[in-house]
Amino acid sequence: MSLETTRQLKHDTPDHDRRLDGMAQGVLGTDMDRPEGRLKVSGRATYAAETHPEGMAHGYLVRAATIGRITGSNAEAIRAMPGVLHVLEDERMIRNAAQGMAGESPVQKQGQSWYVGQPVACVVAETFEQARHAAQAMMVTIEPDGTHVFDAEAEGVEVDTPEKKQVSQGDLDGAMAEAAFSVDHDYRTPSMSSAAMEPHASVAQWDDEGRVTLRGSYQLLRFNKNELADVLGVAPDKVRILSPYVGGGFGSKLGLAPEAVAAALSAQVLGRPVRVVLHRRQVFETVTRRSETKQRIRLSCDADGKLTGIGHENLVSQLPDEVFSEPVAQGTHFQYAAPNRVVGHNIARIRRSATGSVRAPGEAVGVTAFEIAVDELAKTAGIDPLEFRLRNVPEKHPENGKPFSSSTMEATLREGAARFGWQHSQPRQRREGEWWIGTGMAGAVRVNMMIEAHARVVLTGQGARVECDMTDIGTGSYAILTQVAAELLGFAPAQVETVLGDTDLPPASGSGGSFGAASTSTAVYLACMELRERLAAKIGVKETELTLKDGVATHDNRQTPLTEVLGDEEWRALGHLKPGKAGQEVRQATWGAVFAEVAVNDVTGETRVRRMEGTFAAGRILNLKTARSQCHGGMIWGIGLALTEALEHDPRDGHMVNRDLAEYHLPVNLDVPQLGVHFIEERDDWANPLQAKGIGELSICGSGAAVVNAIENACGVRVRRLPATLDQVMEGLIAQG
Amino acid sequence: MRAFDYIRAGDRAQAVRDGAGPETRFIAGGTNLLDLMKLEVMAPERIVDITRLELGGIEETADGGLRIGALVTNSDLAADARVRRGWPVLSRALLAGASGQLRNKATTGGNLLQRTRCYYFYDRGEPCNKREPGSGCAAMGGMNRILAILGTSEQCIATHPSDMAVAMRALDARVEVEGQDGTREIALDDFYCSPGDTPHIETVLAPGELITAVILPAPAGGRQIYRKVRDRSSYAFALVSVAAVVEVENGKIAKAQLAFGGLGPMPWRDRAVEEALVGEAPSPALFDRAADILLTEAKGHGGNDFKIPLTRRTLAAVLSQATEAAA
Ligand SMILES: Cc1cc2nc3c(=O)[nH]c(=O)nc-3n(C[C@H](O)[C@H](O)[C@H](O)COP(=O)(O)OP(=O)(O)OC[C@H]3O[C@@H](n4cnc5c(N)ncnc54)[C@H](O)[C@@H]3O)c2cc1C
Ligand code: SF4
Repeated sequence: MSLETTRQLKHDTPDHDRRLDGMAQGVLGTDMDRPEGRLKVSGRATYAAETHPEGMAHGYLVRAATIGRITGSNAEAIRAMPGVLHVLEDERMIRNAAQGMAGESPVQKQGQSWYVGQPVACVVAETFEQARHAAQAMMVTIEPDGTHVFDAEAEGVEVDTPEKKQVSQGDLDGAMAEAAFSVDHDYRTPSMSSAAMEPHASVAQWDDEGRVTLRGSYQLLRFNKNELADVLGVAPDKVRILSPYVGGGFGSKLGLAPEAVAAALSAQVLGRPVRVVLHRRQVFETVTRRSETKQRIRLSCDADGKLTGIGHENLVSQLPDEVFSEPVAQGTHFQYAAPNRVVGHNIARIRRSATGSVRAPGEAVGVTAFEIAVDELAKTAGIDPLEFRLRNVPEKHPENGKPFSSSTMEATLREGAARFGWQHSQPRQRREGEWWIGTGMAGAVRVNMMIEAHARVVLTGQGARVECDMTDIGTGSYAILTQVAAELLGFAPAQVETVLGDTDLPPASGSGGSFGAASTSTAVYLACMELRERLAAKIGVKETELTLKDGVATHDNRQTPLTEVLGDEEWRALGHLKPGKAGQEVRQATWGAVFAEVAVNDVTGETRVRRMEGTFAAGRILNLKTARSQCHGGMIWGIGLALTEALEHDPRDGHMVNRDLAEYHLPVNLDVPQLGVHFIEERDDWANPLQAKGIGELSICGSGAAVVNAIENACGVRVRRLPATLDQVMEGLIAQG
Repeated sequence: MRAFDYIRAGDRAQAVRDGAGPETRFIAGGTNLLDLMKLEVMAPERIVDITRLELGGIEETADGGLRIGALVTNSDLAADARVRRGWPVLSRALLAGASGQLRNKATTGGNLLQRTRCYYFYDRGEPCNKREPGSGCAAMGGMNRILAILGTSEQCIATHPSDMAVAMRALDARVEVEGQDGTREIALDDFYCSPGDTPHIETVLAPGELITAVILPAPAGGRQIYRKVRDRSSYAFALVSVAAVVEVENGKIAKAQLAFGGLGPMPWRDRAVEEALVGEAPSPALFDRAADILLTEAKGHGGNDFKIPLTRRTLAAVLSQATEAAA
């Protein structure tokens, strides 16, 4: 029997059944290794650029060196170069990657160079070297179309202030004037890159029926499929995308990028497969980056350290016509209560490359700056910053009064402080030779989201197979989906196969916004519950009385192997999660607390992080190892945000100056101390039937602030422009004398 | 990358002959040249591979110094027991550079000739007098955080990025080269050219001249320190570095050999600084005076202004460490 039945959940209400707690297999939540781990570490997991279909040609993108109207090119001469097969100058090429979940063609304004670095053509040749050389020889003539602005803070810059994104409650000016203590500062975070290890790559191939298969490196396949179809002007069922392995995304692979479009268009013209791999420098330039931000933060409190006013007014940057803008204050809306509140959101339209979602869009930079400001206020008020935060734990959503689905803010703060051995101290107290030693802390918060997801589970007597177009961007999707199915259907993980990354499979959530694990796991959960129901019916018991373990069903003190129940049959079930009111009636979020110890060199201003401890609560932990890895990664991102990472844009034309991994400084091993990660197990019934929440982004939000706050505690220098490079710290040290 | 001819040199004479051809470059570890060729910042028509030549090995010289073959890798040189004992500043400088993988490939000769990391030099979309003489200097008025404050010209403010060469300059190293007219030795002091109006000419090497070895005089003794200040703990070029060989006798500085990285178009050495130190009792005021001399002509270009106070502070810290217990 291969009948496929469907179980749908419209997620409107909390699920208090917590069925997973009653399952018997005991694999969920363990630190199980990734099933595909061996393939990856032995080089046998095939990433996009590693597929070499017969007859493949190579494309290389051509970059605009200036801004303006494209009036011509030397394509004729380029076509004559050795090995060159085609010069693509198609109107359908995209100027920058699509925004996450666009599901339609990104802005296509060819004929125009909008920013320096925009891909404006693609040269295809027999070999990669020929294509690259010819692309470097290609000259596109661009006529200047006026003067442009490259700095969001420049005078005369065009700024959008969308009404819907402004909040004003009470009287913040009044609160500031009357406050016992207040702070009012500007904070700046830099333009940043996701810098995923695997550069973007696409291999496109058309078949005789006019269907294109794209092997790419993408995060949200069901959206990417529609994006590519829309760009090409074909029906979505004429597009298949394969992304079984993705070497890191962090937002940079949410939306279809220029290399995919160039590969698909070139392959169509040439009638042979075409591969386009972005050079690392092109990854920096053509993929969406995190906006630089300027954040004015005003905070006021009474004599007891109770917040009375919160102001968070932000300026971010974006190219014209893009809808996304870095939602800096996303966490501010609910992290702390205060009756008088202002949130401002302003978007400067400038000609740097497009900005988009980068790991924890909003909170990564917003919570970081805000938690520095909170530290400043606590200091001004003479209160231990830990205690200050504990006095300001909100009871409900401060802006709209909705309840929290769960609030673990206090628990993470207390647990984290105990694990770290937090002791409040005054600045400039500890010295080891040239080094000032200090500690700092910060809260972390990130919204929790679910999006629509489908997954199929195929059950046989011997095991199960999970199928959907979910991606594993290094996060552990293969592991956790295997574990969810193994737990619910009572199999060892080795008996469960998980097949992902193919748009011919049911459309899952994809990976982004930390919604992937919870959303797609829920779809797998639904399919498994459907199969459990069918098993129970066939055996003749109630589903709730059925225990499945090691391939055997136990019921009424009897045991029946699944091989017996199913015989040769293959049962299929489709799980379908539809987000509903559960996401709107309550505020769902994840919380954490990060503590850091740093050493700051009194001579040079160099900072070294010596110890870092993160405590996080993010619902049910599905796999301890992959969850911990996510937090390690996020905390390291926090170190990068605090100390090393910044994309530098040339003041004269906005182009990215340090667009390689030698000069865009990600933290290296030596920058990262031993990281402690601890989870507070939580069951948030509003989240989903698994009580699982997003984890991939939470740990960035706050980690950077803990480091910056620790610098102040160490040496007395307060840095408000990130990253806290040594020159800034040194100048602070000099100013102190 | 432009298509090129590849010649594997069988002996030095052939290398020197073939190397003298137009648009020709030697290749050793390739860690710098290949990167630049892929970006077409350098586009030689012909590559002469010298890695099969007998240019390896570290030998002791008659006067107690060392002769380091041009093909000795940065890893091997740093690990050599004699170097660690007699010239520790060199070992430390090498280990402060690049990464383990790069040091395994990078050679002594190649390291001396590695090119600047100026962002604009790497970017064919930008004017750069070093890459394209006469096109201008985009680093002026652009991003110049990592660029030079000493010895620059209106045409170029690039730094020489090597750590190894800084230590070698402090150690009075000499470069042994072989050309079609035979061999000669060039003091490292005279090896690099000031940018002036010709920043594309970086050394005094004639076309085809092959570096065969670097010669270190007998151990300089003293306290040897290499201190590198950079934007992250490892795998970043020096913003400022100091190589110091300092000896204190009877409370006075008897010897001071100091070279600096990250400041100039070449590993920087200023004898006036050393002369001001020698014969004096170490003190913060003295170190400050040394910094004054070193930085008299220093000129920031906006983004790299901080290097001036950073150099002053780092030099003082290094000198204080070098003279500490002995003082
Ligand atoms: C990401 C990165 C980070 C780095 N960080 C550092 C750092 O922190 N500190 C540092 O000091 N260095 C650093 N380096 C640079 C590295 O040290 C140099 O690339 C290396 O030393 C060059 O040696 P090579 O043998 O590979 O030279 P090649 O690339 O082979 O050659 C470089 C040049 O030297 C010429 N050449 C080579 N050998 C000879 C010879 N015997 N005679 C004449 N000409 C010759 C070549 O023609 C070429 O022009 C870094 C490099 C990279 C890529
Ligand atoms: S500083 Fe020198 S290398 Fe840099 S852009 Fe100017 S000329 Fe070129």
